[in-house]
This record gives sequence, structure tokens and C-alpha cells, in this order.
Amino acid sequence: MNPSLRRIWGLMYRHLALYRSSWPRLLELAYWPVLQMCIWGFTATFLAQRMGSAAALTGAALIGGVLLWEVTLRSQMGMSISFLEEMWSRNLGHVFVSPLRPWEMIVALIAMSVIRMALGVVPAIVLAWVLYEYNLLALGPQLVLFFANLMIMGWWVALGVVSLILRHGAGAEPLAWGVLFGLAPFSAVFYPVSVLPVAVQWVSLCLPSTHVFEGMRAILLDGTVRWDHLVLALVLNALWMGGAIWLFSRQFQQARIRGALLSIGE
Amino acid sequence: MDVIRVTNLVKRYGDVLAVDNIDFTVSTGATVGLLGGNGAGKTTTIAMLLGLLVPTSGAIQVLGHDMARDRFAALARMNFSSPYVSLPHRLSVAENLRVYGHLYNVPDIEARIARLAEELDLTALLDRPAGNLSAGQKTRVALAKALINKPELLLLDEPTASLDPDTGDWVRTWLERYRDETGCAILLASHNMAEVERLCDQVLMLKQGRIVDQGSPADLLTRYKRDDLEDVFLDIARGRGHGVPA
Repeated sequence: MNPSLRRIWGLMYRHLALYRSSWPRLLELAYWPVLQMCIWGFTATFLAQRMGSAAALTGAALIGGVLLWEVTLRSQMGMSISFLEEMWSRNLGHVFVSPLRPWEMIVALIAMSVIRMALGVVPAIVLAWVLYEYNLLALGPQLVLFFANLMIMGWWVALGVVSLILRHGAGAEPLAWGVLFGLAPFSAVFYPVSVLPVAVQWVSLCLPSTHVFEGMRAILLDGTVRWDHLVLALVLNALWMGGAIWLFSRQFQQARIRGALLSIGE
Repeated sequence: MDVIRVTNLVKRYGDVLAVDNIDFTVSTGATVGLLGGNGAGKTTTIAMLLGLLVPTSGAIQVLGHDMARDRFAALARMNFSSPYVSLPHRLSVAENLRVYGHLYNVPDIEARIARLAEELDLTALLDRPAGNLSAGQKTRVALAKALINKPELLLLDEPTASLDPDTGDWVRTWLERYRDETGCAILLASHNMAEVERLCDQVLMLKQGRIVDQGSPADLLTRYKRDDLEDVFLDIARGRGHGVPA
């Protein structure tokens, strides 16, 4: 095996071994997505029963929004928490003095985030189909692009969080859980951008997630595929990811200058 | 051959000078001790040798590689152990060693783990979570991790801290044997003077970031007219001589 791939696999193996020996950790991955799906799914069902077919469509958009937002959230948390696991176990000193390159560490964390996201979101997708007859696959082949864009957004947000942890240490830890909730109101997850006050619409339009959810609603409510939104989401993701990689590289180097890698997490 | 070559090394944190223009070399098969009180610059020096910390100025060459430009090539051929850096507690001993076997690109990991387990008396512990081990067992596991890639250079930060005398002696004997068999160079930071006297060919005495004296343990004892290295250490730490033999 290529040495780089082997090192990436080494770090992934460390996390997979952790999950293999801890069923509560595995359960926790699916707990929130399933819980969210139950709450919002029953809410959508109630609205459809009371208000008819228009509300049923809105309900479908609601369930789709919940499921796709979980993709972003689980991707971001999957990456940030895998990094935090290293910090909590005080193992980063060993990892950083091994031949593992920082970019290899990022690739391993991304791979872990994909696995964690799948373990969390797939049960919720199945539940939506079983309980509410909501088939996410009905969004069509564009679903792959929706998933890809939302996962990439999760990764650059996570990279930003990891950079802040490198800069501020354990004090920045809560961001791993909370940062995306702060972006949710601007991401047009459950409502279109036009609902937001004009003054903050530009914030919303700068987020790739906004364009994914606008695209999702166009398919569900109008039956049209909005390629313009998908292209914008990809371009914005490329820009944000570039910025996040720059920030991480800078903070990693600064941490090596300040000696923060010696005491990170304390 | 010089395994480590440090030239005019300086590390400054704002107004604090942690390492002040030090030079030293470590040769193949040699064991060099870094001695000094708390805050003398031992850990900072080791961190710079490991690439965890960027020097303010000066140069470090490890195994012929410039650590400023090519640190990963050197890191693949060296290793590190410290009781202050843990291995993941929930992973078993074998899983931990497997992780580092992959990170260091070790060929035939399972055979290497079996060999280390046999040599370090870890076979019965391989399936135990690393967090459930005693201090002595953890030290042996940390040593196995540090030897997983058959390093040509070992950096050890207080390898026998918090061990009982019997286990400490076992570890020291093992390190001597490994060094003699493989020609591995060892840089050892320790507060245990008996350990330093026993293991080290050369001692670097650090104080306030500077090397204030150096030599073999026997040389230092002679020059300071002392019976043990602890008294030499105290002479230097308390300024009774300031690096000038009594």
C-alpha cells in the first residue's frame, strides 16, 4: 500500500477501533438524526392532515430539509469530534511526531466524517421512508450533488473549528457542537431566502447550503432542477474550502511556533 | 556519524528565552542525557528535535535531514516516548501498536507486534485496554510504541518517572540492550541522576536555556569533585560554580 494511504488508514483504524469497542458511541451517532426525524416528521404529518395537499408538499420540504441538514451537521461534527477524540486522549503529541503529514490527518478525518455521517443519517432516511413514506431518493440524481455540497460545507466548517482549537485550545471546544446551529437560520433549511430580512439575505446567499436547499425546494415544489443553485453551491464551497485550508495551515504553523501543540487540550 | 547535530539553537517566547544558543551532537549508538531543573529548556529542546516546535533561529539536523525542511523523512526513522503523552485508553494494546505500525509504515505489523510483545513481556496484555494498565505496564507499552519502527534515534522524556525501582531497573536494562544491539542513539531527559549515570555516555547540563556544562558522567564527577551526579546537578542548579568546576 502507498505509504500515505497507509498512514491515513492508520488514523482511521484508530477511530474505527474506538467505535468497534463502544456501542454507546455508535448509538449516539444515529440518536440525534433519528430523534430530529421523528419530531419534524410527525409535525409535517400533522400539518398535512390539518391543511391538505399544499401543506403536505411543505411537509415534504420540511422532512427533506431535516435530512439534508443532518448531512452537513454530521459531516462537520464527524470531523471535529474525531480531532477532539485525539485531543481528549492526549494522543496528539504522538500523532504530530509521527510521519503523518497534516494533510493526511485531514483526509483521515474527512473519511471518518463520511463514515460517521452515513451511520447517523442512513437510519434517519430509512425511518422517514418507513414512518412517513418519504423517499429522499425521489429528489433524483441531483441528490448526489446535494449530499456532496453539504458534506463539503461540513468539512470546511470543521476545518475552521479545528483551526480555532489550535489557536485557542480547549476553550474553542464547544464550537464543535454549536457552530453550525448558528448558520442554520441563514441556510434556508426550512424556508426560502426571500423570507429573511433583506439586510441579511446576502449572508444567506454566501452559504453553499442555502443554494442546496433552494434547489431541493425547486425540485419538490416546482418540479424543476435549478442548476444555477447547484453551480453556485460548488463555487462557494471551493472558495470557503480554500479559505479553511489556508486558515488551518496558518494556525498549525503558528501552533508550532507558539508551542501550542505541546499543551493543546489543557 | 552524527545522528543529531544542533547548531546555534534559540527558542524565544516573547521576552522569555527558553533555549539560548545551544550546540551539541549525538553520535550513532551514544546515549546523551539532558539534565536541568524545571524550566531549563529540556522539553523545549526535545520538542524542537521532534518538529513539534519551530526554533526562533539555529539549525537542527536529524539523521542527515534538515528538520526545518524535511522533518517527515527524519520522523519516520526516529521515535519518542514520554509518560506525559498518552496512548488512547479505550484501544487495546495491540490496537494501539497497530495504529502506530501503520503511521510508521512498518512492514508485517503483526509479526513486529508479536516480537515486541515477547521482548517487553506484553503478550498477555495485548487485548487489554491501554487505560486499564498499571504505570509499569503503560511504560512498557509506550516503549513498544516507541520501538515499533526500529528507530535509529530514540527521544525519551523521563522514561522511568513514577515507576517502582524494580520496573525502572528493568526498563533501563532493556534500553541498554536495545542500544547495544541496534546502535540506536538515545537522547534522554531525566531527573533521575542514577539513571543518567548508568545510561549516558555524555551529559548536557542545561540552566536557563543554556548548556552550562557537559561531559561524561565520570568527567563531571571528577571536575566537580563530587561522588554522585545529584550533587553536581545541585552545584549547577544553585550556582555553586556556574558551570566552572569547583
